[in-house]
Amino acid sequence: MIAADLYTALPEIVLALFAMAALMVGVYGGKDRLAEPILWATAGLMVLLALFVGSKGLEVVTAFNGMYIADAFAHFSKMLILVSAAVVMVMGQGYMAARGLLKFEYPILIALSVVGMMLMVSSGDLIALYMGLELQSLALYVVATMNRDSVRSTEAGLKYFILGALASGLLLYGASLTYGYAGTTLFAGIITTISHDGMSVGLLMGLAFMLAGLAFKVSAVPFHMWTPDVYEGAPTPVTAFFATAPKVAAMALIARVVHEAFGVVPGDWSQIIAFLAVASMFLGAIAAIGQRDIKRLMAYSSISHMGFALVGLAAGTAQGVQGMLVYMAIYVTMNIGVFAFILTMSRDGRAVTDIGSLRQYSRAEPLRALALLILMFSLAGVPPLVGFFGKFYVLWAAVNAGMAWLAVAGVIASVIGAFYYLRIVYYMYFGEEIEPMDSVRAPVQGTLLVVSAAIMVLGVINLFGIEGLAALAADALVK
Amino acid sequence: MLNLLSIITFTPAIAALILAVFLRGADEASQANAKWVALVATLATFAASLILLIGFDPQDTGFQFVEEHEWIMGFSYKMGVDGISILFVMLTTALMPITIGACWNVTHRVKEYMIAFLLLETLMIGVFTALDLVLFYLFFEAGLIPMFLIIGIWGGKDRIYAAFKFFLYTFLGSVLMLVAMIAMYVDAGTTDIPTLLTHQFGSDALGLMGWQVVGGMQTLLWLAFFASFAVKMPMWPVHTWLPDAHVQAPTAGSVILAAVLLKMGGYGFLRFSLPMFPVASDIFAPLVLWLSAIAIVYTSLVALMQEDMKKLIAYSSVAHMGFVTMGIFAANQQGLDGAIFQMISHGFISGALFLAVGVIYDRMHTREIVAYGGLVNRMPVYAAIFLLFTMANVGLPGTSGFVGEFLTFLGVFQVNTWVAFFAATGVILSAGYALWLFRRVVMGELIKESLKSIKDMDRREKALMAPLVVMTLLLGVYPALVTDIIGPSVAALVDGHALALQAHEAASQLAQN
Repeated sequence: MIAADLYTALPEIVLALFAMAALMVGVYGGKDRLAEPILWATAGLMVLLALFVGSKGLEVVTAFNGMYIADAFAHFSKMLILVSAAVVMVMGQGYMAARGLLKFEYPILIALSVVGMMLMVSSGDLIALYMGLELQSLALYVVATMNRDSVRSTEAGLKYFILGALASGLLLYGASLTYGYAGTTLFAGIITTISHDGMSVGLLMGLAFMLAGLAFKVSAVPFHMWTPDVYEGAPTPVTAFFATAPKVAAMALIARVVHEAFGVVPGDWSQIIAFLAVASMFLGAIAAIGQRDIKRLMAYSSISHMGFALVGLAAGTAQGVQGMLVYMAIYVTMNIGVFAFILTMSRDGRAVTDIGSLRQYSRAEPLRALALLILMFSLAGVPPLVGFFGKFYVLWAAVNAGMAWLAVAGVIASVIGAFYYLRIVYYMYFGEEIEPMDSVRAPVQGTLLVVSAAIMVLGVINLFGIEGLAALAADALVK
Repeated sequence: MLNLLSIITFTPAIAALILAVFLRGADEASQANAKWVALVATLATFAASLILLIGFDPQDTGFQFVEEHEWIMGFSYKMGVDGISILFVMLTTALMPITIGACWNVTHRVKEYMIAFLLLETLMIGVFTALDLVLFYLFFEAGLIPMFLIIGIWGGKDRIYAAFKFFLYTFLGSVLMLVAMIAMYVDAGTTDIPTLLTHQFGSDALGLMGWQVVGGMQTLLWLAFFASFAVKMPMWPVHTWLPDAHVQAPTAGSVILAAVLLKMGGYGFLRFSLPMFPVASDIFAPLVLWLSAIAIVYTSLVALMQEDMKKLIAYSSVAHMGFVTMGIFAANQQGLDGAIFQMISHGFISGALFLAVGVIYDRMHTREIVAYGGLVNRMPVYAAIFLLFTMANVGLPGTSGFVGEFLTFLGVFQVNTWVAFFAATGVILSAGYALWLFRRVVMGELIKESLKSIKDMDRREKALMAPLVVMTLLLGVYPALVTDIIGPSVAALVDGHALALQAHEAASQLAQN
């Protein structure tokens, strides 16, 4: 029995053991000299694990008395998390090394946070949920302060830690209320209680508090305040990581909780999520207009995008979950491309993040400028780029669930948001000449930028089949 | 030729790809190469579209040259043309070589300029041939990207403001249509346009936030589509993006904007609003008719007072599009024939007028009317051609402008006499501003020192104008060229509309009894 349980959770166990072993090697071996090999090994292992997870069948396997669930939904999210984490790590390696930030702890902490995320998306129990979430968060707090000598980086880490702790508190409070009123921490038990005895006020309060805690993790409004500061303060590769894998994990976790534990009463949580979605879409779109720093801008952009992904969840249907998963996959691809570009932005050898420095970039680097143009239009959701299909999916789910008003709000927010994406295009192509940025030879980042732009264009043919995978994943979650 | 439409649609895009990948360098030779590649590609597209026209059977009111492939999410890649859309395809393919020829003097980022125009051509043709809602939306919206860049990179002094206004204005209009399309998909279970044309959307009154919506779902869908097409058209009072975009756009951009992009709105009304939401169209017809009449009179008055030639022609375009919406929502054979005819004819005439402005702008680098005067003394050929198109713009019998206006008046007169009356005053006003413009720019003594050495049109410019002159006169004396092709399809549309209204009438009678 225990052997079968352990086998079910094999990917997490392998990655956790690897991280601990690497820690030992790093401490007793060569310290930071080994950072690069450890980073590559971690990335390689993550890709292998993604392949392993992807090869698993469709049947639902539970382990540890239902605390751990391995189903198609978890597999889809894990593949997305593992691959994006690996790509982001490799992408930022040069940047970290050039600035003396490539410590051997960096890949290990990332690996540990990925273990946390994998646990989150597989959790079938409030305790497992909390453990996964905290493992992920604690590793990320440290990573945010990777640049110890920078005031901004430490400030970002501290802010993230304090607000994150508050969110964890909210979550725990909600979880304990839920436990108190349902009598169990198992999702399967909670849903049985609700379908027998109905939704009590205590459970509703528990749900609301838990959603508040989780909303913090996806930086949904009104729990978004930390996002711009942390994005700006953290070293860029770390920001790129924050923008991708943890968002997928937290979004998947919300889907898991609301469907597995509260799936019989979609009306109760759908309203809360719809509110979070509308507030995030609009605040993300409006607040980004004033930003001059591209990392802060991407922070608000991610807030807005999380709002759109939440639109899918608010629908409360399998179609909505499918839309959310497709949206997250597209969002992660776009963000990897954009952050790959931000990593190459520098002037006189120093990293710059002011969007004004992009002026007439299209003359210096036509190919990269074109790729960024495509990504910007895709982020804005202009067809025929793939970003549009992400939006189409969630809006379709919303309309199908009878929430046409949510779809109307979404498209209006997307028009407001289009303004600041267009402004980046405007700087690159129409802006007046200034002293150009350094032309950096960045083969890894340049390739990733161009590849993600190419995906945005070519995906119009069939979305690379992600639609079918997401449908299988959604059907596994929503019965 | 089973995939002729795909070939026509994507030939320019493939040429753009070839330019992007293989053309290197920015010297004069590579600039010339870029222009030649673009010209050959657009001419080849035009040749292919001629095959389409020859093979087209006007008597068949269904869709022809249909091709269909599976796509994502249950949509399909489906293309086809009928009598309503084929002439818009022809208009696009015929005007594109002229547009490319109009940018022959451009030296700033020529390769990118050509790529933008070629992509734009693909997207424009796609709009007119798509037979799937989402595919249509894809082409419809994607056209904003190249046009945004054309205005923004190659435009005039205030190009950035104009580019942003153009993009955001039209984007806001279209996203509401997107929601409506999703709602249609949910309601009908398909995005196939021929199927949707036969689908009956609910027209029973429904309550929405305490309001009683007459016409129910059809009304809501109609309004969402209207938001998009009215902006695109553009109709008064949402026309304000157009003068800005026109004035700041480069000459070739203005030509394509006036000649083809504006027609997408009219095409949308014909393809979606009228046949798919007949009840709502009937409810809103008086509103649209009056908005059109206001547009015709108001924008003509505004045009009268313009000091910038391009702005004047832009406002006159809004007025002429007013005739189109008026004809469409008259919803009878003459009105619809006239609307389509007016769109085709306006494509040639307004394109020619913007080219004519471009000719003297290239020489003097100003569009201010007061900077000119007496051009006839040094530019007799130019004066003659400008006069012809001025007259065509006014609607002189013998030119294509007359036929379109006359037919729409015929159509509207049967529906609403007062609208026809007010719109008719617009014709007088249009004679006013157009002739006054002509007098100030071309006639009189040549007294301005700067104009003393101005040269007449060269061979390239004459060659660009020649086909437009021929088409304007030909359609003016022999309008059957157009009406024979569109006639049967329009008749089917009108009959279908009338039947749907009768059915609705009968149903609501039944409900009352």
